[in-house]
Amino acid sequence: MSDLAHALPGPSPQIILKQVVKNFGATRVIDHLDLSIPAGQKVALIGPSGSGKSTVLRLIKGLEAYQHGSIEVAGAPVPAKSGGWHWPGAKKPPVVHRVGMVFQQFNLFPHLTVQENVTEAPLQVLRLSREEALERAHQYLGLVGLSHKADAYPAQLSGGQQQRVAIARALAMRPQVMLFDEVTSALDPELVGEVLAVIRAIAHEQQMTMLLVTHEMKFAQDIADRVLFMEAGRIVADGSPTEVLVDPDNERTRRFLNLVEQR
Amino acid sequence: MLFDASTLDTARFIARQLANGALVTLEITFFAQVVVVVMSFVIALMRLSPWRALRWIATVYVEILRGISALVLLFYLFFILPLFGITLAPMTTGILGLGLTFSAYGSEIVRSALSNVARGQRDAIKALDFDAITAFRRIILPQALPFMLPPMGNQLVELLKTTSLVSLITLSDLTFSGGQLITTLGQQTLIWSIVLVCYFVMAWPLSWLVKRYERRVTHWRRGVAP
Repeated sequence: MSDLAHALPGPSPQIILKQVVKNFGATRVIDHLDLSIPAGQKVALIGPSGSGKSTVLRLIKGLEAYQHGSIEVAGAPVPAKSGGWHWPGAKKPPVVHRVGMVFQQFNLFPHLTVQENVTEAPLQVLRLSREEALERAHQYLGLVGLSHKADAYPAQLSGGQQQRVAIARALAMRPQVMLFDEVTSALDPELVGEVLAVIRAIAHEQQMTMLLVTHEMKFAQDIADRVLFMEAGRIVADGSPTEVLVDPDNERTRRFLNLVEQR
Repeated sequence: MLFDASTLDTARFIARQLANGALVTLEITFFAQVVVVVMSFVIALMRLSPWRALRWIATVYVEILRGISALVLLFYLFFILPLFGITLAPMTTGILGLGLTFSAYGSEIVRSALSNVARGQRDAIKALDFDAITAFRRIILPQALPFMLPPMGNQLVELLKTTSLVSLITLSDLTFSGGQLITTLGQQTLIWSIVLVCYFVMAWPLSWLVKRYERRVTHWRRGVAP
């Protein structure tokens, strides 16, 4: 199949994990995981810490190597030996540019202004012209409501603002898939709302596939088409938000939700 | 009279000799520093590379050069290598000997500065699909420079002063010129005092330049325009 054909959204699932196993040393963090996600679906991953939620996202983005199974994004394989650097000129894995990711700790580039944070990858990786890159920065900083902070440095922003810049930075690459890894967990409670509002807006306006690891159950219920409950590297519940969150028929899910609500 | 013709002539002679010597000193400092910067980065990147063989070679390089006296290394390059048929010009010997010695320390400075860049930056770089070289040039290095500049600046001044060792392998640097003047004119106190001031006058602007450059590359930490 040609590369172009991969890029076109088809009826086949966009993300496919088959029997994926990931070990950190002697610890098995992902245990023969099967998962397929159609294009455009908004999926929330929930579960106790250490259950492997974040690792699933990192595997899909190719940030981690895995030991067994296969991962495919938009028809292109994510190699099992992911996690290293790719060298300029070397054949890049075909999945690149299609998956954007936002992290718990924002990971903005501290030496670049907000605007430069957003334009850097479009300029250096996609090789866009300055005008095009600036136009994208303008568009996505507007979307996250931070156009007025374009010339500030990350250290001058609140955590919530930094996370919104990180979201704009990822969106500026126009990914087909967006991964959100506990993006509100490092924020002060009063800053969580502004970040969730941005993600909610993206979920409603954009066609892209979204995977979110989150502890915000209400939020998951609001925006997700599908909720996965993970435990010990496996998916133990998979269904609509109502099925998994409101009326779980799974004992472990029920126990976890009770614990979360007691916080 | 205090400034008769012969005194002026002597003063001119001293000035000319010391200026020539200072020029040699600066020349060696400059080229040795080029060796230091290049080798520091090469060795630091080798030590941080995922390949065990490269890491091992780099570690041996650092440990050996750190453990050798710079002067003995210079003697070795100058007097012993010719016995094996390798003869280097005194200038080359001085530049290589000092450059290699200082690069062992320099590579440790570069390595620790590079490892100081937050781990999350690596995730961000890969999440945005940067290739390794672009990421190093645009993201990692600008963040590491502020950590390496102050110790690198110290080292540069130290290097300038250590170049006096090359006077022992027949190079007519500042120290050598001073020694020669004393042989011909006497006047120990006067000559060594002038030489001392000369070193200071060369070292001080170096520290100042490094500080200026440091301010330039750290403007983002203070959140102001460069």
